[in-house]
Amino acid sequence: MQTDKVISVSNLTKKFGDFTAVDNISFDCVKGEIFGFLGANGAGKTTAMRMLCGLSLPTSGEASVAGFDVYKESELIKKKIGYMSQKFSLYEDLTVWENIRFYAGIYGLSDSNIREKSRQLLTELHLEGQENALVRSLPLGWKQKLAFSVAIVHNPAIVFLDEPTGGVDPITRREFWGLIYEASARDITVFVTTHYMDEAEYCNRVSIMVDGKIEALDTPANLKQHYNADSMDEVFLHLARTATRSQD
Amino acid sequence: MRMLKFLLQKELQQILRDPSIIRILFIMPMIQLLILPLAADYEIKNINLGVIDHDHSQYSRNLINKIISSGYFRLKDYSATFPQAIKSIELDKADLILEIPGHFDRDLIQENNNTLFVAVNAINGIKAGLGSAYIQAIINDYNQDIRTQWIQFPRFNPQPMIEVVTNNWYNPNMNYRVFMVPGILVMLVTMIGSSFAANNIVREKEMGTIEQINVSPIKKYQFILGKLIPFLVLAMTVLTVGLIIARVVYGIVPLGSYSTIYFFATIYLIAILGFGLLLSTYAQTQQQSMLVSFFITMIFNLLSGLYTPIESMPEWAQIITRFNPVSYFIEVMRMVMLKGSGIADIRPHIIAMLGFAVFFNSWAILNYRKRSV
Ligand SMILES: Nc1ncnc2c1ncn2[C@@H]1O[C@H](COP(=O)(O)OP(=O)(O)OP(=O)(O)O)[C@@H](O)[C@H]1O
Ligand SMILES: [Mg+2]
Repeated sequence: MQTDKVISVSNLTKKFGDFTAVDNISFDCVKGEIFGFLGANGAGKTTAMRMLCGLSLPTSGEASVAGFDVYKESELIKKKIGYMSQKFSLYEDLTVWENIRFYAGIYGLSDSNIREKSRQLLTELHLEGQENALVRSLPLGWKQKLAFSVAIVHNPAIVFLDEPTGGVDPITRREFWGLIYEASARDITVFVTTHYMDEAEYCNRVSIMVDGKIEALDTPANLKQHYNADSMDEVFLHLARTATRSQD
Repeated sequence: MRMLKFLLQKELQQILRDPSIIRILFIMPMIQLLILPLAADYEIKNINLGVIDHDHSQYSRNLINKIISSGYFRLKDYSATFPQAIKSIELDKADLILEIPGHFDRDLIQENNNTLFVAVNAINGIKAGLGSAYIQAIINDYNQDIRTQWIQFPRFNPQPMIEVVTNNWYNPNMNYRVFMVPGILVMLVTMIGSSFAANNIVREKEMGTIEQINVSPIKKYQFILGKLIPFLVLAMTVLTVGLIIARVVYGIVPLGSYSTIYFFATIYLIAILGFGLLLSTYAQTQQQSMLVSFFITMIFNLLSGLYTPIESMPEWAQIITRFNPVSYFIEVMRMVMLKGSGIADIRPHIIAMLGFAVFFNSWAILNYRKRSV
């Protein structure tokens, strides 16, 4: 397992002035794993994820992603990862096809590869015939599924998903997780934050962040056993109760 | 370069899909170029003049005739006393009052000075100000006419003949459009270019799509180039529309060549777009970038020599104009349009503008951060 580590974090910290948004967190992720990154609003999930993606400079600590150092090799990391930010990440004023082509293009896919990928992707998402629709006109659930597929169009080692299913209906959420499983089966590591505890159950391992610190990290089964709980919901409530932060 | 190709393609698609683009590219330049010079022109031509003639001589009548026949003035009021005349200003009937004293002819010839009195209506400052300048010029001219007519010894004439030529040159109405239209065009291209560039990156910030760019392997210079090139094309289109209007509507054909204008415009626009992009790397919202770019280009425009000749600005303002890219382009435009200057003549301008272009764009690239601290 040791050789399969694609994310390795130790004592990673981010301060905004006096405020410590991410407080000394450490964990590893292995290849193909679905890693759930839970925490209440303001726990520091987005901040931690942004540091791993090379979007935010850590204050202290170590981290490597896809074998590259987050301090010195962030631009190399960027070739190896996909990222879906908490805000919607596709261009609403471009069509489905134009978005696919743009994102595939900037990750260096060849023209034939782009065409093939997009055909495959449109079939998978049941978006055939919609390729010339403006992304703006799609329902939220479809947008999110499309954004996910676009985020992994270049076959990254890791994909970071920041609340990808926020506001999406349960059926589409289930479909979304179908896509996540497929990606994981292709050995893409999935690093995902969510506020839905049923989704936490789908993860291979889950970490729970409280006020910038990781308070628990294990498989859902082990966590439930450890906290003597029936569901992840209970585990989460048990831990998150101690939180003092609560902002958006 | 492949990366750049995709960036350009995406940017062009977005620009062309923007419903306001036609307005910005075609309607705005047309309205500005058609209305602005005409509106300003109208004011200058119809200055309402009130006259108080205490002299009632042949000379005073000649002077009045000369003023009216210049075409700038309309004789609106003929009063006997000053208070009466002032009333016409108060009623807004007159913009300007000319008072000709008694013994005007005698003073004019014998004492070598005239003591005409000009009162202006300060409410419409531009009109009255220009009017009084015209009247001064006409009176000077008249003055010389009289003297060359009456005094048969040219050595007594203290005013050099060249004065008349200068008066014609500065006759703003004759050159007004040729003088103003290229300047307005520069202003227009500057405003459109800088605000477009300033808003664009900020829009990506607001939409959140900039994160997606920042998390990709796109290099900073590629990103900036991907923004710069489409806007350059856009601004060049505006310039072309403007030059066509200048030619078709105003009959303004440059004495120099269009290629000189386009050559300089390219460097100029790279500088201005770089400036806009620089602003957008600092601003967080479109309101911010809009306001700041509007504010700064406004200052650029006001201190560009478009409205106020640079030579008549105070020393400090003249120094500022040397750091103002707009004033270089206006000067180049006028040099090429009116004097037929070529590349060799505008060498110093080109060098200065290259400096601006490198400065603004390097700063923009430096300040654009893919990773926040
Ligand atoms: N740029 C910043 N400057 C100052 N404080 C920040 C900044 N970014 C985030 N924070 C603060 O850091 C804390 C953690 O924010 P973060 O966005 O990481 O939380 P989160 O776990 O993603 O929450 P949510 O579930 O609401 O998305 C919050 O208190 C937030 O206000
Ligand atoms: Mg978040």
